This record gives sequence, C-alpha cells and structure tokens, in this order.
Amino acid sequence: MDYLAIQLFNGLVNGSFYALLSLGLAVIFGMMRIVNFAHGVFYMLGAFVAYLLLQQVGIGFWPSLVIAPLAIALLGMLLERSLLRRLSGLDPLYGFLFTFGLTLLIQDAMRLRFGLQGQPYATPAELSGAVTIGAITYPTYRLFVVGFCLVASVAVWYVIERTRLGMVVRAATERADLTRALGVNVDRWITPMFGFGLGLAALAGVLAAPMRNVSPLMGSELIILTFAVVVIGGMGSIAGAIVAGFLVGVLSSIGAIFDPAIEGIVAFALMAVLLLVRPAGLFGSLETR
Amino acid sequence: MRRLAIAVVALAIALALPRVLYPVLALNILAWGLFAMAVDLLLGFGGLLSFGHAAYWGVAGYVAGLVARDAGAAYPVAALAGALAAAALAVPLGYLSLRRKGIYFAMVTLAFAQMLYYVANEARGITGGENGLQGIPRSFPGLALGQSMSFYYAALPLILIGYVAAYRIVGSPFGHVLVSIRDNEARAQALGYDTARYKLIAFVLSATLAGLAGSVYALGQRFASLELLHWSTSGEVVLMTVLGGIGTLWGGVLGAAVFLLLRDFLSTSDAFRDAPGVITGAVFIIVVLGLRRGLWPSIGRLAARIRR
Repeated sequence: MDYLAIQLFNGLVNGSFYALLSLGLAVIFGMMRIVNFAHGVFYMLGAFVAYLLLQQVGIGFWPSLVIAPLAIALLGMLLERSLLRRLSGLDPLYGFLFTFGLTLLIQDAMRLRFGLQGQPYATPAELSGAVTIGAITYPTYRLFVVGFCLVASVAVWYVIERTRLGMVVRAATERADLTRALGVNVDRWITPMFGFGLGLAALAGVLAAPMRNVSPLMGSELIILTFAVVVIGGMGSIAGAIVAGFLVGVLSSIGAIFDPAIEGIVAFALMAVLLLVRPAGLFGSLETR
Repeated sequence: MRRLAIAVVALAIALALPRVLYPVLALNILAWGLFAMAVDLLLGFGGLLSFGHAAYWGVAGYVAGLVARDAGAAYPVAALAGALAAAALAVPLGYLSLRRKGIYFAMVTLAFAQMLYYVANEARGITGGENGLQGIPRSFPGLALGQSMSFYYAALPLILIGYVAAYRIVGSPFGHVLVSIRDNEARAQALGYDTARYKLIAFVLSATLAGLAGSVYALGQRFASLELLHWSTSGEVVLMTVLGGIGTLWGGVLGAAVFLLLRDFLSTSDAFRDAPGVITGAVFIIVVLGLRRGLWPSIGRLAARIRR
C-alpha cells in the first residue's frame, strides 16, 4: 500500500515534467505549426544555465528559476528571428527537420564541452529533507515540483484560454489569415510565444536539476516520450497537454509496480490504444489540413 | 539506349566502389542508400514522413543476425528473414500510424520506434541489451565470405534487387496512384481508390526495403546493436533522403554517400570524433534552410549542361 502511494507520487513528479514540456510544445505548435524537436535540448540548456550560474557566479536555485527560463526564452527569440522565420509558410516537415538538426548540433556541442558525466546540483536548503504524510515519507523537493508545475500549468491554461492575449493567440492558431484580416498583428506574437514555449522547457530543466543529474543527454529521450504525451492529449490542446502529462506519468509509475520494464513502454502503448479508438487524442480535434 | 548506358555506368561504379574506398564503407553506402530510398518511397511519393524507420532497419538487423547466428542460415536467407520481419512489424504499426497525417504521422512513427528501442533494451536475453548481438556469421555453401571485400560482392545482388524493386514500385500503376494520393487524397478517393489501403501497402513495402537494407548492414558489420533502433538513426536516414533530394529516389544513394563520406572523414579528426552531431546537425540545418531540393537535381542540371 505504501509502495503504491509512493509510486503514485513518483508518477505525479514525472507527470509534472511531461505536462510542462508538452505545454511548451503545444504553445509553439499552435502559433507556428512547428513541432519543436529541440524542446528537450532547451530543457537541458535550462538545467545547464542553473548549474553554471551556481558554479561560476554563485547564484542559487531560486534566482535561477527566473533567470534560466528568461535566458533561454531570449535565446529562442533570437533563433526565431534569425533562422526559424525563414521556414514560415513551408511544410511543417521542414521546421521539424530544422529543430532536429539543431538538437544534434547543440547536444553534441555540449557533449564536447562538458562530457557525458552528469553533474550533481544540490537541492535548495529550504526544500531538503522529507515530509511524512500518513504512513509514507516523501522528499519535500519532489512535492514542491508537483505543486509548482500544477500551478504553472493552470496559469498557462488560464492565460491562453481566458484572457484577451490568449484569445488572440488562439485565433491566430486556428485561422492566422482571418485573424490578420480582422486587424490583429499576428506576427508580432510569434516571436514572444516561441520564447515563452522554450522558457517553459527551461523552467522544467531547472526544476529537474536537483533531482536528476545535469548532463547533455538529459533531454534526449524525454522529448520522444513527450511526443507520445502530446499525441495522447491532442496536439495544440492546452488542457490536453496538462491532463495527458500527469496521466502518462501516473500510469507509467503504476505499471512499474507490476514490472519495472513496463514503465518505459506505457506511454507508447497508451498512444497506440488512443490512435485506435480516438485518433484525435483526448482533447484534440482531427487536423483538417 | 541511354537508360542502359546509365545502368552500365552505375553498375561499374558499384563494382569499383570497394576498391576505391574500403569495403566496409562501400557496403555501408549501399545499405544506407537503400534505406534512404525506402524512406523516399514514402516521403517523396506518398507524402508521408516516417521519422521511425529505424524500427524496421533495426528489427531486421537483429532478426537477420539471430537467424544467421543461431540457425546457421546462409546470408541471403538471413537477410530475407530480416526483411520479412520488418514487413510483419510494419502492418500493425503502419496501420496505427496512418491514422494520423502530416507532422503527427512523423511524431507517431518516431514514438513507436522509440518503443521498440526500449523493448530491445529490456529483452537482453535475445538482443544482448547494451552489448548487442555480436559475432554474426555470414555463410553461403561453397563461398568464403569472411573478408569484407568478398562479402561486399556477395551482398551487392541483394542491394541491387532492393534498388530495382523501389524503382519498379515508383514507376508502376501503384506508384502513380500513390503520387495522386500525395497530391490530393480526397481526389484519389473520389476516383474510387481505397487510399488507406494504398498508403498501408506503401508503408509495408518501404519497411520491407528498409528491413532488407538493415539486414545487409548488420551482416556487413557482423554486429547488431541498440544504435540500429535509436532515434538518431531514423533522423540520419531522413537527412540522407532530403540531402539527396525528396522524390528523386536515386538521390537517396547520393545523400547516403555524401553523408557517410563526410562522417568517415570526420572520424579521423580529433575535434569531432566524439561529437559528430555538431557537423551532422549543421549539415541538416544548412540543407533545410538553403538546399531543400537536394543534390540530385543539381547533378541532373550539370549532366544536361555537359551534354549541350
């Protein structure tokens, strides 16, 4: 019973990362029709920014939680302005291939510089230790991650679905040409939204740093799992990204109770089932184009 | 007449290749070339970007290795077994993946390939896990195929069969229907074609060719490892296809040759030996930004200029 509860919490922790990452993917895809393969790389870079800030400048976890996402968002906006913009209007395939190339380039460049060995990052002092809930004891930091990601996810959902800015973004997502015709400057929002999506990835990276070692390959397999999450949730759906993220996290951890080998496969099996019974995903609608 | 001349020249190049380069590299170029052709069959003619073809390349490599090692089969039998295994796997995975289109299709195929990567990693008893499948023999009654040079010539017919098959598929009525589906699926449907069936058949054919290529590759390396199934393998073959030129078919072989020669050259450089992705990634970015039509059309233009 205790083991089940602990696995449930582990699932929520993993799910937090899936949710935050697929949320960023959904925002970028919605705005630009680009499936960002490099999302895992920016997650890794976020963790590295936090690590380097601590090592080189002595800036700790809490400021990094703000600085790293901002730095990565800025990097992303420069990237969008300089290169990615040239691919707008082309088949989404090219954006995918471009970000794939970017992934190889950055990942191996980081490997040249930092090696494959993971670097440890200390848990912030305020959150070290463990909390006892009923019969189980669970690390405080991990509970913080779940809470933080939940709040962040709901905040993003609120901004996109309930505010005037979100309305512009959603309109541009569905019919960019018509939104332009109504006098909204759609292009002005593309660069910041791309930066925002990458910022979310970097945020996940900083949160992961104290739990997982900071290494150049930390995002490499996570990104493909995130793709499965996005297909399950329904691409472009904000709520779908959040729900599917936590769902996949929890189901994978519960699968691990039966056999640890199952854990890595649950997301893909779930994706296969969904493709069979509901190809659009939990919250999605089938593409028309 | 001209076609015959081109075929003769191509065959001469294929025969001379292992003497110009070294045999292992030459065989790699041929095998990856067939792999890229298989991807182009789907992408260039069906409009379907599979980002998970490592699944078929890798599973076939493992199956061919196991059949050759544990059943002691001759190398063409092992290669055939690998190709058939890839085909059998492509039926369910293709059926599921084809329920989505466009970029979603790419993501789904990628995810399924990753699933097989996990499975192969867990099934250590069969695949050898991280150590891979080592010491794959290649045998044929009456032939000594221990040397890479002799195996190159032994494998060449298999690869050529694959090339010709891809060429014939594209030129067949089936290939034309496939192109019509790529250009306008609703129209093809209105004309009475069962487009879902055509796409699935194309997917399975492509996977079979990828499987044949993967089998030959694993036999040539005498080794099958998890790298065969890794997502970077799926990405690299797409890069070769795009580098050669989408929808050119033979461009795949050219793309594979350019890519592998570049990588071979880099493996001798101190700076990039451990991180070839820096260069591969940069090539990818350059191709996508400025060379989207690929190298093959440029060669065609060059040939036309020479003739004039």
